[in-house]
Amino acid sequence: MYRYDLTDKTLVRERVAQFRDQTQRYLAGRLSEDEFRHLRLRNGLYIQRHAPMLRVAIPYGLLSSAQLRTLAGIARRYDRGYGHFTTRQNIQYNWPKLEEVPDILAELAEVEMHAIQTSGNRIRNVTSDHLAGITPHELEDPRPWCEIIRQWSTFHPEFTYLPRKFKIAVTGSPQDRAASLVHDVGVHIVRGPNGDLGFEILAGGGLGRTPILGQVVREFLPRQYLLSYLEAILRVYNLEGRRDNLTKARIKILVRSLGIEEFKKRVEAEWQLLRETGPRVDDAQVARMRAFFDPPAYRALPDVEPDAGKEAGFRAWYRYNTAAHKVGGYRAVFVSLKKPDVPPGDATDAQMELIAHLADRYSFGEVRVTHTQNLLLADVEQGKCYELWQALKGAGLATPNIGTLTDMICCPGLDFCSLANAGSIDVAKLINERFDDYDYIYDLGELDVKMSGCMNACGHHHVGNIGILGVDKGGEEWYQITIGGAAGADASLGSVIGPSVAKTQVPDTIARLLDVYVEHRQPEERFLDTVRRLGLQPFKERVYASPLAA
Amino acid sequence: MPRRLLRDRQIVDDDWRYAAEATTDPAADATGPLIVTLSQWQTEPNTWRARAGRLGVLLSPAHKIELLAPDLAHFALIAAEFPGPGDGRGYSQGRLLRERWNFKGELRATGHVRRDQLFFMARCGFNSFELPDAELEDAAAALSTFSLAYQPSNDLGLAFRLRPDTPATA
Repeated sequence: MYRYDLTDKTLVRERVAQFRDQTQRYLAGRLSEDEFRHLRLRNGLYIQRHAPMLRVAIPYGLLSSAQLRTLAGIARRYDRGYGHFTTRQNIQYNWPKLEEVPDILAELAEVEMHAIQTSGNRIRNVTSDHLAGITPHELEDPRPWCEIIRQWSTFHPEFTYLPRKFKIAVTGSPQDRAASLVHDVGVHIVRGPNGDLGFEILAGGGLGRTPILGQVVREFLPRQYLLSYLEAILRVYNLEGRRDNLTKARIKILVRSLGIEEFKKRVEAEWQLLRETGPRVDDAQVARMRAFFDPPAYRALPDVEPDAGKEAGFRAWYRYNTAAHKVGGYRAVFVSLKKPDVPPGDATDAQMELIAHLADRYSFGEVRVTHTQNLLLADVEQGKCYELWQALKGAGLATPNIGTLTDMICCPGLDFCSLANAGSIDVAKLINERFDDYDYIYDLGELDVKMSGCMNACGHHHVGNIGILGVDKGGEEWYQITIGGAAGADASLGSVIGPSVAKTQVPDTIARLLDVYVEHRQPEERFLDTVRRLGLQPFKERVYASPLAA
Repeated sequence: MPRRLLRDRQIVDDDWRYAAEATTDPAADATGPLIVTLSQWQTEPNTWRARAGRLGVLLSPAHKIELLAPDLAHFALIAAEFPGPGDGRGYSQGRLLRERWNFKGELRATGHVRRDQLFFMARCGFNSFELPDAELEDAAAALSTFSLAYQPSNDLGLAFRLRPDTPATA
């Protein structure tokens, strides 16, 4: 993984000193509430329902075991013993004290971490494929490019007060596991007309109040121009994006109002003026960056079938919670943070320390965060999977549900977030209580359920096969259900099935949707495919045919 | 009492006057350095050209730099207005003026300008800053908040490329 050099270290230390000074000025009354808000939001610090919420960046979801131990220690000493992993591969703490945040940042800096630009109207943490570098069909590992973008975007002086937040995802594989179509900019590594690798660039995707899928602005960009092209997009957005209305300020609204052709024209015109003078990534720099992501020292191992003859529990876990690895004898292992009685994405300090230990022992000391709010040990010997499973199981980290109904994406919701209209965590709990039969869950196969407690869509509900959106109806928590959304390369936005339902009716609503699927599915057809084939009608009819059970 | 500002890292008295600011000094009125708004300039360019004394122009965030570009030689100063803490268009204006149009005069940030923004403004090419008096003393230090940057830029005078390598440790 990337290791800081003197530039990186100096910058994060100076950032800690700067934020300490800003916090002291605020506490001493020399900065107004509003002035401080603009400053703390540059550093991932929100004021939430109960306490400040601190979001720490995990660049493209990659952590060393030492970093994970530090995150665990922060959870224990500054928070209430846990952290929440997010859909953008970051971690959030819900209970830090404002005056202690500078000390937290200082501890993070010691392990090459920070909270820079994890909130506010600027370029956020760049995200990527959690299977980067190990997935069989990848064109190229996207992480060196992610790190190049991270450095370029950190404290970028021109794009420090954008109209709204700006999220970039980079993928190097035909399967899109980074939800790049719902990012402000999606960067896809592709092969160009001459066989060279370069980038397809998408812009204007986003969720929130107005969900829109990104559109292609450039089919092929030679690699050395990545940053100048991004700079052209950002400059057009910075100068022309709306600033009069917060809900219309994302780049997706600009792209939509100009039309993709006009937007493209403006970006191209800006880029033509920038391409030779703007930042250029030369081959030596790419090679240097790539070296940080060289494969670990794999052993030459044969492929084995570690589940042969083992108990059903291990076999189910191996089938659902591990993924193919491009190197023979290895497997990628998901650490499920979706135990039924735990808020999705939460991990305790002790769990984080255990995972760090297991990463050292089984996976070259690295851990990844997935955008589906699980963790991943990317490079595990197949022959060690059984003992790893036992260790994870003992800590409640082996729920065999990756990619299934109960592997729900879920925002913190009303319990923590001051923006939320409704709870998410308790709905996840109700769903888990209703669907606890694993034979049934496995029979349903691949199913993405995504839940957000408000329009801001942190839980990506628009792109869930089943999406659940919390709405406030006269002070009560209600839920609007969508079906047919998808976040991958075939991304689509879900359609609302009808009037919203009460909290206690959510599980029955889902049960009815699944009944229709089970009755109508064709062999090998996923829930998503059946919805796409049949359309909304049969699902809608079933849900509203009779009163829902509460 | 004259306005004080930070220019080239020094706290100085402002020798410029905005056209909207009245003066009782006939010499300043006739030939003193004067900042007009872009629309004043566009309405009567010949009047302003004929005036003796240095001329500056005040841009608002929505103004397109391309419109001003042919006239840049007439201005010794360009002031970009930052209307509030969240409006970042002036940063792009600054870079465009310095890098694309090669403006060499004084580039001033006016409006909502606070010490915590100065580092970024300077990196976009601004060299003078109208700050509240209470912030002036500490403002020069704020320009050195960070001793390094990932993006080579105007204030460091480097050619554009991704940052050079540095050693792993000091």
